Amino acid sequence: MSELHIVVCVKVVPKPEEIRVDPATHLLERSNVRTEINPPDMNALEMALELKEVHRGRISILSMGPASFEPHLRVALAMGADHIYLLSDQAFAGADTLATTYTLSQGIRKIGSVDLIFCGEESSDGATGQVPPGLAEWLDVGQLTLLTEVSVDRTRNIARGRREISGGYEILEMPLPGVVSVKTASNEPRFMDYDLKSWAFESERLTVWNADDLGADSKLIGLAGSPTVVTELAEAPFRERRREFLVGSQGDVTQELLNIIQRQL
Amino acid sequence: MVSSLYGVDQETRSIWVYLEGSAEHLAGVSLELIAKGREMCDRLSWKLVGLSLGHQVAGLIEEGFAHGLDQIWFGDDPLLEHFTIEAYTYAAHQAIMAGTPSVFLLGATPNGRDLAGRLAVRLRTGLNADCTNLEVKPDTKRLVCEVSGFGGGVLAMIEMANHRPQMATVRPGVFSPGEPDFSRVGEVIPLTLDFSRDLIQTRLIKRSIGEEIDLTQAPVLVAGGRGVDGDFEMLTELASLLGGEVGATRPPVDEGHIGRERQIGQTGVVCSPKIAICCGISGAFHFVVGVEKADTVIAINSDPEAPIFEFADYCIVGDVHQILPSLIESLSAEREVSIV
Repeated sequence: MSELHIVVCVKVVPKPEEIRVDPATHLLERSNVRTEINPPDMNALEMALELKEVHRGRISILSMGPASFEPHLRVALAMGADHIYLLSDQAFAGADTLATTYTLSQGIRKIGSVDLIFCGEESSDGATGQVPPGLAEWLDVGQLTLLTEVSVDRTRNIARGRREISGGYEILEMPLPGVVSVKTASNEPRFMDYDLKSWAFESERLTVWNADDLGADSKLIGLAGSPTVVTELAEAPFRERRREFLVGSQGDVTQELLNIIQRQL
Repeated sequence: MVSSLYGVDQETRSIWVYLEGSAEHLAGVSLELIAKGREMCDRLSWKLVGLSLGHQVAGLIEEGFAHGLDQIWFGDDPLLEHFTIEAYTYAAHQAIMAGTPSVFLLGATPNGRDLAGRLAVRLRTGLNADCTNLEVKPDTKRLVCEVSGFGGGVLAMIEMANHRPQMATVRPGVFSPGEPDFSRVGEVIPLTLDFSRDLIQTRLIKRSIGEEIDLTQAPVLVAGGRGVDGDFEMLTELASLLGGEVGATRPPVDEGHIGRERQIGQTGVVCSPKIAICCGISGAFHFVVGVEKADTVIAINSDPEAPIFEFADYCIVGDVHQILPSLIESLSAEREVSIV
């Protein structure tokens, strides 16, 4: 049976705890913020690597962003991925989910002969979770989302997955090719293989494509392809709380706590 | 610039709500969206419309009208008995193109998110996910979506000028449901759906639903973090004495001490209890947004510098393993007295 080809979509995101909004400009201060691979995407990569171990084949990493993402993406090579495709062009900037999913779908078309597309459940910065279904729609293929387990049956050419839903789970099947989103924290991503590290960082296995390379419709990428506009940005105001410390012996504190609870209920 | 399949000029001034639920009852998030939609429509004199897809779910109609819908577009077909992305996207797309609403709101449930993401691309329109507030501006008649990002630390207001429908998803618990008025009536518009089984590629092999819990409606939330060291029995006991529910931050969920359906915060449930008791929780933003709507927040943590104390009304510096048992003991004793 033929080997599997899986594309794993990866986003590089700022570490959430380091983000601030500039009170004067209302823009995000990104300059001093460290970045990382979006943690849920690491769960997607791990699940893809496990499938590769079972079925053999190859894993392509697909990301959209500036050249500065490269070192992060090379970590995926050292974990066992085979090739990186970075979609990088000023024209992609300012993309919302519609433009992002279009651009990624063009990348997947150009990579070609893909059996499965893996995504993390959502990104830690935008947290929309809309990329997996959006990608599936652009590519006109099926989608299985929020999977904690996945398997592939090559003879029937289907993927089967266990999907987490509120209060339970579903077992679903879809024909290949298709899009899978992996439930966050559903596995423990492996560490990179240090023997592969120097290879990963020297490797020629990284391809950068711009908008022309993708044959992308200029109306569908970047700002032009994005219906939504951010009109205002602010640090979240938090409700002022009393912040009253209860002190005293454990007995006193317990009694006071009891009084407070009974008063509020 | 990319154009949606219909634009501002063709919109029918109305807000549509995607209805989810069992055969008998609308889901909490649908009732919450109806309440919020009603409030916006009353201000604008717009129509509030529900979109119901399924098979033999006519029981939901009366409930939808009672909660404030003016109209329900009703797609009833055996092929809609189970949610499949192909059939539901097809049916919702047909309905939206026939009704051309200004705004289309969906619950940010697993199926709601799947449908919204797919439909927005098919309609070539914008989608704002997990909105924390919604408002239609009276002058521009545009929907302004408030969303939080970066773990809840940043708020953004997002609009779309030309694309319709303006789509948004909202997590359960963000808005409050209204009181039903069963004397309200509305209009049912049956959807004629012409599709074949071949359309459906996804196959549901099995569905297993345990006891569904609804943390959004609990009057008391007892939440545990890393500091409870996996001892959720103690929290469960306290919660049951207070008639509440147990929740958790992400680490205990990831470590398997408690089910994911009880995770509170940005990627979990947003609660609005009368009292939230936060035990051994450090107080990261993405957790705190989940209890922000609590009337009163009580925090117990052994670290006096824990950020959770910034977000609490009553703060106790101490060991949860001592304070909770003592509280449980006092509550049980009182209960016995009151029973006697």
